[in-house]
Amino acid sequence: MTIDIKSEEITPRRQTFSHIARRFGTDKPASRYEEATFDVQPKVNFHYRPTYAPEFELFDSARTKIAMKDWYVFKDPRQFYYATYNINRAAMQQRFDSALEFVEKRALLNALKPRQRQKIAFYLIPLRHFEWAANMNSQLVADWAYGTQIASAAAFAGADRLGIAQLISRIALAMGEGGDELLVRGKTQWMTRPEWQPLRRLVEDVLIVRDWFETFIAQYVMDGIVYPVVYESFDRQAPSALSLVTGFMRDWFADHSRWTELVIKVAAAENADNREVFSKWCAQWLPRAAEAMRRLAKTVLGESGDAAPTEAEAALRARLKTLGVSVL
Amino acid sequence: MSRDVSITLQNTQEGAAITEAILADNEGAVRRDFPAMIKIDRASRLVIKASSVSDRLGRQWDPQEVHLSLISLSGSIDEDDDSLTLFWR
Repeated sequence: MTIDIKSEEITPRRQTFSHIARRFGTDKPASRYEEATFDVQPKVNFHYRPTYAPEFELFDSARTKIAMKDWYVFKDPRQFYYATYNINRAAMQQRFDSALEFVEKRALLNALKPRQRQKIAFYLIPLRHFEWAANMNSQLVADWAYGTQIASAAAFAGADRLGIAQLISRIALAMGEGGDELLVRGKTQWMTRPEWQPLRRLVEDVLIVRDWFETFIAQYVMDGIVYPVVYESFDRQAPSALSLVTGFMRDWFADHSRWTELVIKVAAAENADNREVFSKWCAQWLPRAAEAMRRLAKTVLGESGDAAPTEAEAALRARLKTLGVSVL
Repeated sequence: MSRDVSITLQNTQEGAAITEAILADNEGAVRRDFPAMIKIDRASRLVIKASSVSDRLGRQWDPQEVHLSLISLSGSIDEDDDSLTLFWR
């Protein structure tokens, strides 16, 4: 007797959710990222308005001056949803952990000369508070942004910023051989040292901006000055042991910029009004951000140090130009 | 005489991205769907470009990762950092 084994193919009735099929015009299998982000934003049947802002619906595209015909054009180039985000960041975190372990085992940060150690503590540790504010700003964008693509990526960015604040804390603990004295001093420096006050003032002014897209732009502009100045220029004159443990920040900033720059580019390409609003916001925040870092750069890098923020500002202006935003 | 080269991939998220990249980069490639598999045939030569797959996945994709999605293939293989090529000599 012979047995014939036959396979029968059962084709699913549909390949993806109906709203995804409608959006792409074909019923083909969609990626997880697409299913998690496209057309998920609630649009109708809101029962009541927020008591703190009754002029808006719960989710309202009018919360920003930026206008888009379609809010689903901001596809994250990294395609982050829960799983991809966590896998990516876990790998980055692991690299940081092993770098810090390497540095701690060989006591590379403790072997620094006291002056050098003080200088690093002075410019790096107060940035925890900058990162915390960046977390608040990202969460505001996640809360009020319209269209799931920006909101979810912003929520991930917010988590990143808290993470970076924690990494800075861990560097501080490693430098203080486990004691919290450097963290406490960092807070005092952020609150009282004249070099830090312009940046603190700027950060606090951005915290109360209520147009979420302006918050996004202001944060982009501040990062575009602070990251190159601190993690490139300051880093270059610090001992290489420090560069080992701040590698995360450089990698993260490059990764993060892929998303922020896409958002700016796409919104600027949408219409002339958007470009004009972007230019206005950048003109308002960019010179302040560069100015805020000048005094700090002078203290860290010496008399000619204020060249660093000036260069970062010029680079950022050029970058914005390629994204379609000209800053006066 | 030209023979077909072919590659068979698992029908997963990554497999779907690789398939899309192959179909976009190789004119005349034919896709055939099976339960849980996708088979792609093309006359004499087929290229998987790492950059195309990376764009679709949103992360850096290494041609060696093809083994995570691969069921079967036919043809000689030429692989480097940027692409994986199937061909008959």
